[in-house]
Amino acid sequence: MAIKAKHQRLVLLAIALIVLIGAGLLAAWALRNQASYFYVPSEIVADPPAPDRAVRLGGMVEQGSLRTEADGVTIAFVVQDGDARVPVRFSGIIPSLFVEGSGVVAEGRMGRNGVFIADNLLAKHDENYIPREMQEMTTAQAERVVAETR
Amino acid sequence: MIAELGLAALWLAAALAALQLVSGALGLTPKGAALAGIVRPVAVVQGLLALTAFICLIYVFAVTDLSVKLVAMNSHSMKPLVFKIAGAWGNHEGSMLLWVTVMGMAGGVVALIERRLPERTMLATLAGQAFVSIGFYAFLLIASNPFERLSPTPVEGNGLNPLLQDLGLAFHPPTLYLGYVGLSVAFSFAIGALVTREVGPAFARAMRPWVLAAWIFLTAGIAAGSYWAYYELGWGGWWFWDPVENASLMPWLAATALLHSVSVLAARNALRAWTIMLGVVAFSMSMVGTFLVRSGILTSVHAFAVDPERGSFILVLLAIYIGGALTLFALRAGTVTEGERFALVSREGALVFNNVMLSAILGIVLFGTLYPLVAEAMGAKVSVGPPYFNPMGALFVVPMLVVLAVGPLLRWRNDRFGRVGGRLVIPAMLVAAGAMALLVMGGVSLLPFLGLVLAVGLAWASLLPLRERKLRRTPLAVWGMVMAHFGVAVSLFGMSSESAFSIEKLVAVNAGDTTEVGPWLVRLDGVEPVAGPNWTALEAQLKVRYKDADPVMVRPQSRSFWTPPQQTSESALLTRWNGQLYAVLGGEGEDGRWQLRLWWKPFVTLIWIGGLLIAFGGVLALIGRVKSDLRRIIARDRTADRRESQGR
Repeated sequence: MAIKAKHQRLVLLAIALIVLIGAGLLAAWALRNQASYFYVPSEIVADPPAPDRAVRLGGMVEQGSLRTEADGVTIAFVVQDGDARVPVRFSGIIPSLFVEGSGVVAEGRMGRNGVFIADNLLAKHDENYIPREMQEMTTAQAERVVAETR
Repeated sequence: MIAELGLAALWLAAALAALQLVSGALGLTPKGAALAGIVRPVAVVQGLLALTAFICLIYVFAVTDLSVKLVAMNSHSMKPLVFKIAGAWGNHEGSMLLWVTVMGMAGGVVALIERRLPERTMLATLAGQAFVSIGFYAFLLIASNPFERLSPTPVEGNGLNPLLQDLGLAFHPPTLYLGYVGLSVAFSFAIGALVTREVGPAFARAMRPWVLAAWIFLTAGIAAGSYWAYYELGWGGWWFWDPVENASLMPWLAATALLHSVSVLAARNALRAWTIMLGVVAFSMSMVGTFLVRSGILTSVHAFAVDPERGSFILVLLAIYIGGALTLFALRAGTVTEGERFALVSREGALVFNNVMLSAILGIVLFGTLYPLVAEAMGAKVSVGPPYFNPMGALFVVPMLVVLAVGPLLRWRNDRFGRVGGRLVIPAMLVAAGAMALLVMGGVSLLPFLGLVLAVGLAWASLLPLRERKLRRTPLAVWGMVMAHFGVAVSLFGMSSESAFSIEKLVAVNAGDTTEVGPWLVRLDGVEPVAGPNWTALEAQLKVRYKDADPVMVRPQSRSFWTPPQQTSESALLTRWNGQLYAVLGGEGEDGRWQLRLWWKPFVTLIWIGGLLIAFGGVLALIGRVKSDLRRIIARDRTADRRESQGR
């Protein structure tokens, strides 16, 4: 290693900085591509994300839309926000407070046929907790949703 | 009465922290030297007062004194005693009181037993510790008083979040806090050394046991937290890259880097400024974690307080302490003289590489954790999960693990790869054989593949430092290092195996139906109602059978708590030497069939066994270091005595 001894501290510092800045840039690039965005139905219908991209969809479960398929573990339902409706399919243990007319956030991806495939459902799981995104729906959306579900 | 006693103790402790700061700072000046003598006793009493306040809080929770607001909000007279006590820190105010208690006690213990630091550095360190404590005392007393009374006294309390009513909770947060806050000692040491400019091997030897101890608690706390999430949430996963998990991982990464750089400083008097920097960063990460968890910015089972005032308060504390420490570092780092030099291929070189990789991983986790907050400020709602963290983390973990296999074999100062190459032939062959076997098997994706082969090679390589040593004479610290590194391999194997070989089955079955998951046959005998002290549940009677072995019953439950009304899923785990069967009971369909979610997870338990091995390696190293330090002190005292007697 032919580094002049008196430069060692600088060289080490430079290498460490390059690696760390490189890691930072990589992270920034990966975050742009891998962060999962939150949509409400009207947004996802207007501008659907790429089919393999992980996203989250939040809205109200439409009254009368929930049905269980023959295997007993797959459910299909419609999530709506008053403007648009998105069909959703989910296989798994259904959260106990998941009912028609209540809010839900589905994690998953948009299928090519316009059906949202959910890997995970976040429902209100007690009276104090609602998914964060649901708290922040615009007032107009919330009012419409309330009017719809009554 | 007891609540008032606790509050008084807290105010007194805060006042003593102020006294400790002032007397410590003045003690450094020539005029105030007389004050130097009171700093240590004040630190000890301050710690005891904080402990008194904490014991008072536990008492009001244990007797369910509902006139205390915190108890009424978070407890219930019908709860089992152990959860009443654990409830004392299962809420925002209580956990912050636990924080200052650990901080005060840590300062007290340092004041009581630390004798290796030069006295001036010691004064600066204790003043630094008090400076940080004051902020958190102020936060408690002004924005989150745990002893606030409620009038009129309610008839019954609100109860504790059922997810938290678990024995795991009783020990997980205090363990983690001992680690988080234990790092404040490293922070204060770094401040002390910056103030007095005394950085060197003696300083590193004094700092090392404190870093080790905090790191052991952090490691154990993270492993326990991961296991708690694994069996309590019923989702089958053991790490979710939840911001709260990341908040515990970040200080651990920094502390792991610090642990290794402080060893270089102690052994070789190199990496001086870098070690100080890591001391500052490690506790800063603890505080960032607290900010994330306690500010209400996140919604999760961990985020008790949704209160913007508290969030801003912690943010201001963060700015003062982290900003202040980094400014001090920037001003003084230039005056910390350069340490001993070393070649790139050397023990130091490998440790520097490991430190840089750990820092890069820390940066990646920090970016990913903060990104949703930044994006939200700009109007986009995003979440960041495994698709970001797993590949980005692996990018730096893999090279780090390769160097981890080689580094401990290298000599200090200067070495050649050729000298150690011969010893690495067997691990390299193991890696190649593992890779071949997996390729033939097929179907394993890249990250688990890399993890499995690296784990096998690393397991072997981690034992190599014991070769050519007389095992009886090998210092405990070396045993500790070997055990911790071996633990990394064990844990990595568990993670990769879980990811590569888990079998999941999701079915709806009638009573009497049998289903197959991996090597197991699972038969639902029936679903029965059962009752506990503050819940009722539906319990599935599953008769499970591993290949030809005798059948065993497992009983997953779907529980309904009364206070507060909430449902949780109690998964059932069946542990065998080669893995775990994991069963979750879902709901009943309209056709009367029950949903079952079943996993067979080969070698999943190795994840936590590895974690415990890592922590236990730390314990061995700590015992070894403390023993050899004591020996050194005794030897020095003897020499001093001899000189004295000769002088006469």
